[in-house]
Amino acid sequence: MERAAAGPKLSARHITTVFQSDGKSTPVLDDVNLEVGQGEFLCIVGPSGCGKSTLLSTIAGFLSPTSGEVRIDGEAVSGPDPRRIFVFQERGVFPWLTVEGNIEFGLFSLSRPERRQRVAHYIKMVGLEGFEKAYPAELSGGMKQRVEVARALAVNPDMLFLDEPFGALDSITRLIMRGELLRIWEAERNTIIFVTHDIDEAVQLGDRVAVMSDRPAKIQQIVDIDIPHPRDLSAPRYLELRNGIFKQLGLAHKV
Amino acid sequence: MLRGWFRPAVLIAVLLILWQIAVSGHGTHLLPGPMEVVGGIADLVRQGLLLKYAVASLFRVTWGFLLAAVLAIPIGLTIGWYRRAELAFNPLIQVFRPISPLAWIPIAILWFGVGDLAAIFLIFLGCFFPLVLTAINAVQSVPAVFVNAGRNFGLSRSALVYRVLYPAVIPQLITGLRITLGVAWLVVVAAEMIAVNSGLGFLIVDARNAGNRYDLVVAGMVIIGVIGLLLDMGMRSLERVRSSRWSYSED
Repeated sequence: MERAAAGPKLSARHITTVFQSDGKSTPVLDDVNLEVGQGEFLCIVGPSGCGKSTLLSTIAGFLSPTSGEVRIDGEAVSGPDPRRIFVFQERGVFPWLTVEGNIEFGLFSLSRPERRQRVAHYIKMVGLEGFEKAYPAELSGGMKQRVEVARALAVNPDMLFLDEPFGALDSITRLIMRGELLRIWEAERNTIIFVTHDIDEAVQLGDRVAVMSDRPAKIQQIVDIDIPHPRDLSAPRYLELRNGIFKQLGLAHKV
Repeated sequence: MLRGWFRPAVLIAVLLILWQIAVSGHGTHLLPGPMEVVGGIADLVRQGLLLKYAVASLFRVTWGFLLAAVLAIPIGLTIGWYRRAELAFNPLIQVFRPISPLAWIPIAILWFGVGDLAAIFLIFLGCFFPLVLTAINAVQSVPAVFVNAGRNFGLSRSALVYRVLYPAVIPQLITGLRITLGVAWLVVVAAEMIAVNSGLGFLIVDARNAGNRYDLVVAGMVIIGVIGLLLDMGMRSLERVRSSRWSYSED
């Protein structure tokens, strides 16, 4: 059967979101339009509080926009869906389940041996062998983040939404996690939308980087990162793209 | 383990000796000495009253506490989950909660007569409202991220309750149950002083009324303290279960 071929994996059309509270209305997203291709790694950057997370929650179906619509594979998004998993900061790991129990969480429709095999596969992929029976309270922030990524990957989602997933990690762990995420993405080729306030992180990871303005947020610009992986972080092209985004956000790039 | 027990044991021994010296030196009748109290406990054991009364009190506490837990927890979880239910019920609960269960004694006796049912009813009241509030708070403090993660993996409504909500509230519920069991143990003694003719509370009142046996009064107090301690230790061991030994505060 032919799919309505070559359409984008995801298209967000005229997304406008206004939060109402105590009779005050706060416009957060202002006519955001976005298309993401199958298997693409898209990063969204913007100043903190600009509405990046709101946009991601809307795309994932946790929030309904005030107007506009999100379509994935041509279907309107009306709620969260196990084919598309949202990775929160490591806070989303269930503290009452072991590492194994967390990764197994979404696999309830599979048979026991299948479940076992998947869990073992993804524990290995994120490098948590030996910690199968550990509880999250016994793990470091980076390890918890890996548990969450593994839990998401285990259900074979075709999209992953990551909301500042490495924001709470120290800078060394963050670098390692970026490398691992790329390695996993190159193996699995899910479509990834990755929200961050870290411009370097966005330019290191993404195929494209969407730059958002301050609230009410629009997408100011989408930058193609035309550098193959592994990326040389001192190459002139990398620096040029990165400095371009700094400028776009109105940041003087000096300390 | 042994070291942990050593200091309190020495302290208690020293206090007992001081107590004995003070009482025998002064020749007072205002308080029996520890040897008399031990004699009183021995009397109670010999007459079979210690076991009988302790069992009677524990029986009432068990029923009152379990009934309250079985009703209050689902009610509290439901009220906490639906914001509108909370708005409706909260004022009512807040009015009932500060009424001491002891204020209900006349009504308890009017409804149930002097006996086990009246005491169980009072313990139930003492446990019910705090447990409802504990359960409401427990649900409301479950981080939204857990519920969203559960929904994201396609859990049905009932699976969401069973696999996310329920485990997420367990640590707070266990703590609430432990505190409430302590309350139940306080209430049973008071209730037995008035509403029944057996139990440790009755023992204390009866020992005084039936001949100023203050050795038995203090013996009853000591037994109440020891059983209360054992109950609390039992509940604390629940808090150490590995899958519930976490709390949101670590974030």
